[in-house]
Order: sequence, then C-alpha cells, then structure tokens
Amino acid sequence: MQDAIEERKLHPAMVEGDHDFGTVSDRIGDLTLKKRTPFHWFIGFAIAFLVAQLLMVTIIYLVTKGIGIWGTNQPVGWAFPIINFVWWIGIGHAGTLISAILLLLNQKWRTSINRFAEAMTLFAVACAGLYPVFHTGRPWLAYWLFPYPNTMGIWPQFRSPLMWDVFAVSTYATVSLLFWYVGLIPDLATLRDRAKNKYFKKVYAIFSWGWRGSARHWHRYELAYLILAGISTPLVLSVHSVVSLDFSVSQIPGWHATFFPPYFVAGAIYAGFAMVLLLAIPLRHLYNMKDFVTKTHLILMGKVMLATGLIVGYSYIMEAFFGWYSGSQYEWFMIKNRIWEGPYWAFYWMLMFCNVISPQFLWFKRFRESEFWLFIISIIVSIGMWLERFVIIVTSIQRDFLPSSWAMYSPTIWDWSMFVGTLGFFFCLFFLFVRFLPIISIFEVRTLLPQANVHGRPQDFDENVLEIEYTYDKTDPPNS
Amino acid sequence: MSENIYGIMAEFDTPTQLVDAAVKVRDAGYTKTDGFSPFPLHDIDEALGIKRSVLPYLILTGGITGLLTALGLVYFVHVIDYPIIVGGRGHFSLPAFIPPMFELTILFAAFTAVFGMLFLNGLPSPYHPVFNIPRFALASREKFFLLIESSDPLYDYEKVRAFMDSLSPQEVFDVPE
Repeated sequence: MQDAIEERKLHPAMVEGDHDFGTVSDRIGDLTLKKRTPFHWFIGFAIAFLVAQLLMVTIIYLVTKGIGIWGTNQPVGWAFPIINFVWWIGIGHAGTLISAILLLLNQKWRTSINRFAEAMTLFAVACAGLYPVFHTGRPWLAYWLFPYPNTMGIWPQFRSPLMWDVFAVSTYATVSLLFWYVGLIPDLATLRDRAKNKYFKKVYAIFSWGWRGSARHWHRYELAYLILAGISTPLVLSVHSVVSLDFSVSQIPGWHATFFPPYFVAGAIYAGFAMVLLLAIPLRHLYNMKDFVTKTHLILMGKVMLATGLIVGYSYIMEAFFGWYSGSQYEWFMIKNRIWEGPYWAFYWMLMFCNVISPQFLWFKRFRESEFWLFIISIIVSIGMWLERFVIIVTSIQRDFLPSSWAMYSPTIWDWSMFVGTLGFFFCLFFLFVRFLPIISIFEVRTLLPQANVHGRPQDFDENVLEIEYTYDKTDPPNS
Repeated sequence: MSENIYGIMAEFDTPTQLVDAAVKVRDAGYTKTDGFSPFPLHDIDEALGIKRSVLPYLILTGGITGLLTALGLVYFVHVIDYPIIVGGRGHFSLPAFIPPMFELTILFAAFTAVFGMLFLNGLPSPYHPVFNIPRFALASREKFFLLIESSDPLYDYEKVRAFMDSLSPQEVFDVPE
C-alpha cells in the first residue's frame, strides 16, 4: 500500500477523489443505466436534431436539383464540399491520436479521454464522408468508386489520389469503428452485469459477446488492442497525408507542394484537439466527470494544441517562403494574391490570427489552466482550421495560370445549410452516444487506481504486455 | 456431486491476492485453470503460466494477405484487364499503387486482430458455466475469481475444495455445469 501511495505521488493524479473499482464502475456506468436522463440532454439533443434537419432538407433539394444549388463554379470546382470534408476528417484525427499514438507512447492520461474522443472520430468521419458522395452530383452511383467487376468493362484509376482517398477514408472509418468497439466490449459486459432492465441487459449481452474477463481472454485482448494501436498509428498519418495528396499531386500553384502531408497531419491533430476540448469541458461539468477528466488532462491537451499550433504556424511561413523561393511567377503570384493583393486577403489574416496568434496564449499558465480560456481558444482554433482549408482551396484555384478564366467564389445559402446541418448531425450522434454508452473507458480507468497494483507494481493497461515471456521457472516461482 | 460440476471457483478481494493464489495453483500442478478480473492483470499471465498467444502471427498473415490482395487487384486492373496509359506512367506504376496497397494491408490486419482475438477466445459464448454463480457478476466490477476446472488431470473434488480453502479466499463456489 505504501508503494501505491508513493507511486501516485510521482505522477500527477489521473483519477481524483477517493475511488475504488466499484465506485468507478458506478459513476460511469450509472450515466447510462440508472440516472434519469438529465434535462439538459433533452434540450441539447432537440437543438442538434433540429439543426440536423437542415442537412436533410439540403440533401433532398440537392439530389432533386443538382449541385448547381451550391456556389461551386469554374474554376472553383472544389469549394465548400472539399473544405468541409477536409475539416471534418481532420477533426477525427485527434481521436485516433489519443487512442493509438498516446497508447504506444504510454501516456496514461489518454485512458480517461480515449472513449469519447474515438466516438468523436467516428462521427466526424461520418460527416466528412457525406461531402465527397454528394459532391459527385450523382450520389446514387457512388458505388462506382469501388473496384468491382461490371458490365461496362471499366475499372477505377488507381494512380489517382482521389482513388487513394476512397481507400484511405473507408479503411480509416472501418478501423476506427473496430478499435472503438473492441475497447467497448469489456465495458458492455460491465453494463450487462449491472443492468436491471431486461431488454437493455439483453442488448448489452449481445454486444459484449459473452465477455467474462478471463485471464486468457485478457491476454489476447491486450495483444489485439496493442497491435490495433500499432497499425492505426501509420493509418491515421496516412489518411491526412492522402487527403493532402489530393491537392499536392495536382499542378495548381498553392497545392503543388511536397510538404503538404506533414503540414496537413499537424493541422488535423490541432483541429482535433480543439474539438476534443470543446466536448470534454462541458462533459466533465454536466456529467460530473471531474474526477476522471481532471484539470491535468485539460492542461496536457492544451499543450498538444500549442505544439501542433506551432508546427502549423511554421508551415504557413514555409508555404509563403517556398512561393517566393521557387522563382516561379505563378507560385509567387499565388502567394501575393493570397496574402495581400487578392480579394480574399482578409481571410488569410483572420486565419493567421486564429491559428498562429491565439494558441500563443497557451504558453502562459493562466490561460492553460483556465477552462474558460481553453474553451475560447478551442473555438477560435476550430474556426481557424476551417479558414485554413478555405484559403488553401479557394485562393489557389480562383486565379490560376490563365487570367481569362479567373473568377470569384462565394457560397450560397445551401452551402451553409449543408455545413451547419452536418454540425447538427455530428452533435446528434454525440448526444446519443453519451446517453447509451459509457463515455469513459471503465476498465481502463480501473487500471489507473492504486488498488490495481499487484505487490505495488502498477498494472497500467498495455504496459509491458510484450514482455510476458516465460521468465518464471517452476523451481523458482516469482512472488514467493 | 462431482459428476456435474464444471469446476471450483474462489473469490478474492484484491488483484494481489488473486495473483498470489494463482502462483500457488500453478505450483500445485493444476493446468486447467483460469483467473477472472475486471481489468487486465499482467502478472497473472506469468502466475498461471499462460502461453503467449499466436494472435500476432495471425495478424501478420492477415496484413500480408491484404497487401497481396491489393497488389493482385491493381495488377489485374492496370496490367491485365484494362491497361491504359495515364500521365505517361507505365502500366505497372508501383509507387502510385502504394497507397491502396498500404490501406488494404491495414484493413485486413485490423479485421484479423479483432475477429482473430474473438475467435481464439471462443467468443461469442452467450452461455458459460461461470455465469451460474450469481456473485460472478462482480467479476466485471470489482472482484477477482480463480477457477480450477473439473477436467484438470489432477482434479479431485475434496482435494481441490480443500486446496481452494487454503488460499484464504472470500468464498469458494462449486460451479455447476
């Protein structure tokens, strides 16, 4: 016990308050099982549901009338649909970063936030996926994107980044779902054993596959989980890299840049952590989860935001520098057009304020430790990341090589309604998740408690799972 | 009595007690054993003498299958069935095919990881004898259980029961079949 106390002093508290295995299970599990659905849930869900109807209406009108209802034109053929696609898919990246990369780096603080961050990933990818499908103009033929033998005798073009995107995003969505679901299985078993309602018990029993917490099962479970984390790490980096290749493989000035993949990945994580904070701060207050999502978690997320914000800021500087250093008049014209000579210069400077200036406040303890300021900065960063995609996409193609084909772009009301509609759709799904599934990984939080130590040795999830070779010898057993 | 018994189970309060008991069970020579805990315990793998799973090799096989599937697909499409020159690249332009090959590698490996794990664990198993013990519901909450199955070669009802009692558990249960 003394060891356990010492152990806790060494690390900042990942679980606050006086908890044991039972209270952890109750506190998180009862949100779904016992507690009355809080009034704020109904209000929040109703608003999100109403806003999601905008998406319904837009899609119905869009499919009936065609994509001419959008502001998308020539030469700005990639406008709101692609801006929003990249924005949403970028947000998703933080969930995978938290669940996979931080697991491999043995960052214990990911344990209490990974569940809802992964849910956020899934819902963000669902929103992102809508855009390319409807941007095709004939969404009922979207299955043409996949390679299947057909009577037309043709195949997709695998040398195209757009085809890579189909593979990357669909793999990402599938693997994120698998990863999230595997994490849920032991918690669904907990809910199954706790549920009083006969029907809920059945449903949780079905989805927990009869999990019984056997040591032999846990052994394979952890191996599978660790390997999933290992393969999700290159996957998540590949997804936004492939998204960036959609741009950089083309020859448009402003898109044709080799540093796009790391630049896009950093931006994705930046935007994603802003969204995780936007969800975590209200969640911990409304559902009284302050013991599990502590101030330490928020501060660490703020630090990740600052670090990725600096990478993004560096990328903006490099982008402008390359435009000048390339010696290409088209590249240099694009930079001038983007930053000060063109019609959209104000968006560029708004972007600079949102993404480069605002995170600098996180250097200071006062801002980093204040939930209010973290929330405000996260909103500003989310807007900034949206502006970044707007600037990259619109200012690069509205004035390209041939002045006679230059044009202005402005979104219509249907562009906006589709975007706002996906926000509603996203929050709708998130509210349902909060109501029906444990928002924090119960079994992983148990491993953080000092009571979980065996002979003072912590049993952190996945730590040393690779080391359990047969180190014991029958004649000299350990622990004896 | 011992005819229709699946095994004998002991309940413990802390993970340390479970691991210590598991070491004794292993040293006594029992092999058809299992521990149950509400979260993964690493020390118990060693304590019960659980062998490392073959799962990682299955996942590797799954990943390689995905890689070869993608390679076969793009080769068939762009070299055999529908050869067409795009952007001045050759029919078999491998660098451009790396993204789909990579993605399918990951996809197949992930499916193998999840369904391989469930398969090797014998899941789904809606019924299992251990669920017959009402207190076993706490295994997913806060309690720790240790089981010696009646199929163990050294199994003898009286002996195992006495042995379990000697481990100073909270309670010992007969698990009906």
